[in-house]
Amino acid sequence: MPLVDHSKNGTESTHVLVALVENKPGVLTRVASLFRRRNFNIESLTVGHTDSPEVSRMTIVVDASKTNVAMVERNLFKLVNIIDVQDVTHAPAVMRDLALIKVRSEGQARFEIMQLVNVYRAKVVDICAESMIIEVTGPESKVNSLVDMLRPYGIIEMVRTGLVAMVRGSGYWTGLPPEDGNGMAEEELTPAKTLGM
Amino acid sequence: MRRTGAQIVWESLIREGVEVVFGYPGGAIMPVYDALLDYPIHHVLVRHEENAAFAADGYARASGKVGVCMATSGPGATNLVTGLACAMMDSIPVVAITGQVPSHLVGTDAFQETDVTGVTLPITKHNYLVTDVRDLPGIMKEAFHIARTGRPGPVLIDICKDVQFASTEFDYDAIQVRLPGYRPRVRATEDQVRQAIQLINSAQRPLILAGHGVILAGAHDELQAFAEKGNIPVCTTLLGIGSISESHPLNLRMMGMHGEAYVNQAVQAADLLIALGMRFDDRVTGTLSTYAQEAQIIHVDIDPAEIGKNVIADIGIVGDVKHVLAQLLPHVEYRARSEWFARIEEWRKESLRRDILARNNDNSLHVPYVIDQIRRSINGGQVTIVTDVGQHQMWAAQYFRHLHRNRFLSSGGLGSMGYGLPAGIGASFARPDEEIWVIAGDGGFQMSIPELATVVQERRRLKIAVMRNGYLGMVRQWQELMHGKRYSAVSISCPDLVKLAEAYGIMGMRAEKRAHVAEVIAEARSHPGPVLIDFVVEQEFNVYPMVQPGKALHEMLRRPVAEEALQEA
Repeated sequence: MPLVDHSKNGTESTHVLVALVENKPGVLTRVASLFRRRNFNIESLTVGHTDSPEVSRMTIVVDASKTNVAMVERNLFKLVNIIDVQDVTHAPAVMRDLALIKVRSEGQARFEIMQLVNVYRAKVVDICAESMIIEVTGPESKVNSLVDMLRPYGIIEMVRTGLVAMVRGSGYWTGLPPEDGNGMAEEELTPAKTLGM
Repeated sequence: MRRTGAQIVWESLIREGVEVVFGYPGGAIMPVYDALLDYPIHHVLVRHEENAAFAADGYARASGKVGVCMATSGPGATNLVTGLACAMMDSIPVVAITGQVPSHLVGTDAFQETDVTGVTLPITKHNYLVTDVRDLPGIMKEAFHIARTGRPGPVLIDICKDVQFASTEFDYDAIQVRLPGYRPRVRATEDQVRQAIQLINSAQRPLILAGHGVILAGAHDELQAFAEKGNIPVCTTLLGIGSISESHPLNLRMMGMHGEAYVNQAVQAADLLIALGMRFDDRVTGTLSTYAQEAQIIHVDIDPAEIGKNVIADIGIVGDVKHVLAQLLPHVEYRARSEWFARIEEWRKESLRRDILARNNDNSLHVPYVIDQIRRSINGGQVTIVTDVGQHQMWAAQYFRHLHRNRFLSSGGLGSMGYGLPAGIGASFARPDEEIWVIAGDGGFQMSIPELATVVQERRRLKIAVMRNGYLGMVRQWQELMHGKRYSAVSISCPDLVKLAEAYGIMGMRAEKRAHVAEVIAEARSHPGPVLIDFVVEQEFNVYPMVQPGKALHEMLRRPVAEEALQEA
């Protein structure tokens, strides 16, 4: 499998947002509630740990033909517990989806499926007389393609993690932007005292 | 020093400069109320928790400080909901403190348990459930910081009862607020300033749309200086009233669904809209597809999620209006714009001819007349007008000349009936020496009648004017105009308000004819205590102009005018 993946991830209108969030109770609820409240249409949402115990990371896939991606980004950023949001759709980024596919594999089918598994650089992680479980990792398009190839054999059940994404290069994303002098300085944190006075 | 959770609540409030709390006690917040006895904070016992939230909102609007309300768990907390939603929609800094069942009972459907952080999640800027007393001091400090900075809003703190009893070390000043994801932007970039200035200085027909953000940012001086230097007319949203005096020649006054026709005509004809701290609400824009088609738009708002939400801004600036205007001011150049002002003046004359107050031979007692009489009596003095929601609210916006800063308090975004009286109570604590008029309809007033007892108990000197037309007037108006006059559930009876006032120990008065209005207002104003006035007004009377749903802003429905009246003028 080549390290650099130039294949398309999903359809043209798919946007991928990644968000660093504080690892606090209720953050996922806040994000989910936001999507419902603003009527945002979300394709997938994954949450997981990062290298810091205080920070979790979300990858959110949005269909831009149904939902204004900039509004999703800005509304996410508005949540107090969201440290930062990036739209990595057009950034050089690695995007991966993982699927577990339980497929019928009796008789001759088993060998054909094994060949497909090899071509897709997938793995057989469980096998029994009537079926096997295949684990495949890759961009969504690759997973979709394998699923299509396996469908004729009879998919018993399937689960996908949803997309995760990371920008290439050695940069470390802290979520905190470089100071550009336009943020709120300490002395400005006091409220306007002139209200109606 | 070591303090219990209950003590930490009050110690924190004192350090945040809180002097008054509006609340209602109950089982799960009892330790906090017990500790209240030891602290110099005035607690106002409301008659319903919703009104505690409205009062905190009114206090915050009038003082510029954070308003605080308090309630117990379950029903107490759920009753706060409407008030919090109101504060959320109108960006009002409020901190709500609620009791919660002991932490070991959370999730067991315990007595008076409600998932209050869940319920209030979409209607608060942020909220907290406190299950460990060690977290409480930091949360108190964070809550006030979040409520009043950036785009202000309500923050709720739900404190488990065992946390109120437990104790921990408390050193408020040593707490560092650490919110890595909360970084409101206050200033425009140099690029944005340059681009905006280019548009402003080259515009032929610019118009400033001033919203509530101007008042929240305290940018009154900056707005006026900016408008004057560039010679740019200003119109305001409902909540932008009080951002610039209505006696200022550049102030065209309110736009939108019930804005004056000439103001909306100006919006539709402008070639540049400079939107300051406003959010292009549907009540301001009418149908978006036909809104201000000739205009480019500069949109300044502290909330990035407002930029591009309803209208596409040509230049979107995320920042505090006060700072951004200060950045723009040095570069704005004076332009005569005589053609633009002449056009506006023509439209304005047409509007004046149609003004209901310009009618001769009209002896009916309608709300515009009452509002105008209050205005005449006050004669330019500084009073605070607090309205409820409905027809009277629009008439109070239209017919009272709002000359002073931030003297018009109203539930704008949520439009919550029942707001007026409790918000007036709240405002009276922020402005103890100022005359405060609560203007309500007979619908909204009946939602808040119990607070008359609070008015008396707290010796508030409110002047409460109820415009009684026997209908839920605004709904009736819509039914008349859009449902073929099929009146459904809008006829409303009302108790005898003079007797009601007497029952509460308040002076009650009634005016049924024009001839009595001025006299009653004068008497109410000279009475040292609270007054309730029953104005018996025209039953079926409409607010005009009106932009009907689905219509463009300039296609407003105007008050039908008798032909002879038009010829006379």
